[in-house]
Amino acid sequence: MYRYDQFDRSFVAARVAEFRDQVARRLSGELTEDQFKPLRLMNGVYLQLHAYMLRIAIPYGVLSSRQLRKLAHIGRVYDRSSGHFTTRQNLQFNWVRLADIPDILAELAEVEMHAIQTSGNCIRNVTADHFAGAAADETVDPRPYAELLRQWSSLHPEFTFLPRKFKLAVTGAAVDRAAIQVHDIGLEVKRNERGEIGFAVYVGGGQGRTPMIAKKLRDFLPERDLLAYCEAILRVYNLEGRRDNKYKARIKILVHEKGLEEIAASVEAEFAAQPVATAALGEAEIARIAAYFAPPRFAALPARSAVLEDAQTEDAALCRFVSRNVSAHKAPGYGVVTVSLKPIGGIPGDATSDQMDALADIAERWSFDELRVSHAQNIVLPHVRLDDLPQVHAALAAAGLATPNDGLVTDIIACPGLDYCALANARSIPVAQEISQRFADLDRQNAIGELKLKISGCINACGHHHVGHIGILGVDRQGEEFYQITLGGAEGADCAIGELVGPGFAADKITDAVETLVETYLKLRRDPGERFLDAYRRVGLGPFQEALYADA
Amino acid sequence: MPTLETELYRGGRFVADDAVYVADGDALPANALAIVSKKRYLAERIALDARAGRLGLVLETADTLDGLEGALDRFATVVLRFARYADGRPYSLAHRLRHRLGYRGELRAAGDVLQDQIVFMLRGGFDALEIAHAGTRAALRANRIVVVPTRGSAPAAQILDAAE
Repeated sequence: MYRYDQFDRSFVAARVAEFRDQVARRLSGELTEDQFKPLRLMNGVYLQLHAYMLRIAIPYGVLSSRQLRKLAHIGRVYDRSSGHFTTRQNLQFNWVRLADIPDILAELAEVEMHAIQTSGNCIRNVTADHFAGAAADETVDPRPYAELLRQWSSLHPEFTFLPRKFKLAVTGAAVDRAAIQVHDIGLEVKRNERGEIGFAVYVGGGQGRTPMIAKKLRDFLPERDLLAYCEAILRVYNLEGRRDNKYKARIKILVHEKGLEEIAASVEAEFAAQPVATAALGEAEIARIAAYFAPPRFAALPARSAVLEDAQTEDAALCRFVSRNVSAHKAPGYGVVTVSLKPIGGIPGDATSDQMDALADIAERWSFDELRVSHAQNIVLPHVRLDDLPQVHAALAAAGLATPNDGLVTDIIACPGLDYCALANARSIPVAQEISQRFADLDRQNAIGELKLKISGCINACGHHHVGHIGILGVDRQGEEFYQITLGGAEGADCAIGELVGPGFAADKITDAVETLVETYLKLRRDPGERFLDAYRRVGLGPFQEALYADA
Repeated sequence: MPTLETELYRGGRFVADDAVYVADGDALPANALAIVSKKRYLAERIALDARAGRLGLVLETADTLDGLEGALDRFATVVLRFARYADGRPYSLAHRLRHRLGYRGELRAAGDVLQDQIVFMLRGGFDALEIAHAGTRAALRANRIVVVPTRGSAPAAQILDAAE
């Protein structure tokens, strides 16, 4: 993985000193809360309902064991011995004290981490496929490009005070696990027929109160033009994006209002005028960064593991875990393990400090010291030998981390909601917990098959409900929490925004409604291979509406 | 025109400044740096270009550079005003002035110029800062500005006196 050089170290050290000074000026009253707010936001510090929240950047979701142990330690010392992994591959601490934050940042700097640009109207933490460098279906490893974008966008002098936040995502596999079409800029790294590397460039996607699927600006942008082209998009957005209304300030609105043709013309003109000195990425620089992401030394192994197959015949739990939570690896004899942070009845994305330490130990011993955070709020062990899976499974089970529900109905994405968030209209976590408990039976979950259920506690859509096969949106109806349901959303290469099924449901009726939807699907699906999403696309809203509102 | 007391920071120190912001319609001072709006410049371009005294241009945050192509050599300074520091359009105007229009003269930041943004400004092509905020001036005088290094930019020690 990427290792800080001398530059990065001095960067984060100076940044800690700078923020320590800013916090001191705030605590002394020299800075008002209004003046301090953009400064703290630049360092990932939010003021939530009950406390300050610190959001820590995990660039493109990649963590070493050492880094995860530090996060566990921070959780123990400064929070309530836990942390919350987010849909942007970051980690949030919900109960930190402002006065402690400079010390926390100093601790993070020891392991080459920080909280810069995890909030504010700047270029946010760049996200990428959580299976990068591991998945069997990958064309090009997206991490070197995500790292180049991270370095380029860190404290960018021109793009730190944009009309609104700006999110980039990179995938190197056509299936798109990074949800690039719902980002401000989405990049698919690919190869052309000559074997050269380039990018499909999408712009103007996003969720929030006005969900939009991104539009394609370029089908094959040459590799060397990556930064210059992104810079051109950002400059057009910085100058032309709306600043009169924060709800219309994202680039998706600019693209929508001006139209793709006009935006493309502006971006191409800006790109053509880029100064020569900054225009092209040098091959040497690309190679230098790519070297950090060289594959680990995989052993030459047979594709099938007799050790694993033997163990599976005797262990039903292992069997379930392997069939559900282990994905195909590009190296024979290895697998990609998804560690679910969605135990039945748990808070989606939460991990205790002890669990983080356990994961760090497991990764160190069995996954080349590496972990990933997925946008589905799970942890990934990217490179595990199939032979080692029985031991890995046992170690995960001992830490309460072996829930075999990857991609199933209880693998729910949920925002923090009204339990924490100052913006929320309704609670998300208790809804997720109740649905999880209702579908706790693993046989039933597996019979239902892949079903992505996503819950947001307000229209800002941090829980990605727009792209859930079943999406749940919490709203406030005259002081009461109500939940609207959308169906048919998808986040991958077949990206779609879910459609509203009808009037919302009260908090004590929403789980029943989800169950009705699932039962309706089970009755109408052609065969067990037809997923909920496929069935929905075949039959549309009708049968689901009838089932939900039959008695109304 | 400036109602607030301001000081000009350039080349690592505070320097004397004889700039006068001239309201549209007012007479230009003879022996000072006269700064006019874009609207006035474009309306009176021939007369202003022919005038002997030093001339500057001020662009408001929402102004564009349209119509200024080829005109910039005339100015002793171009001032970009930050209406609010959180409105970052002047940074992109600065980039276009420097790189698309080839402006090499003084580029001055004015308006909401504060301690926590001036490093961005100096990195973004500005080489002079017109500062009203007392705390920011005090911080500069006391050398209390923290410079976080970024890739490809000058070493930290050089940022604050980057302009010559």
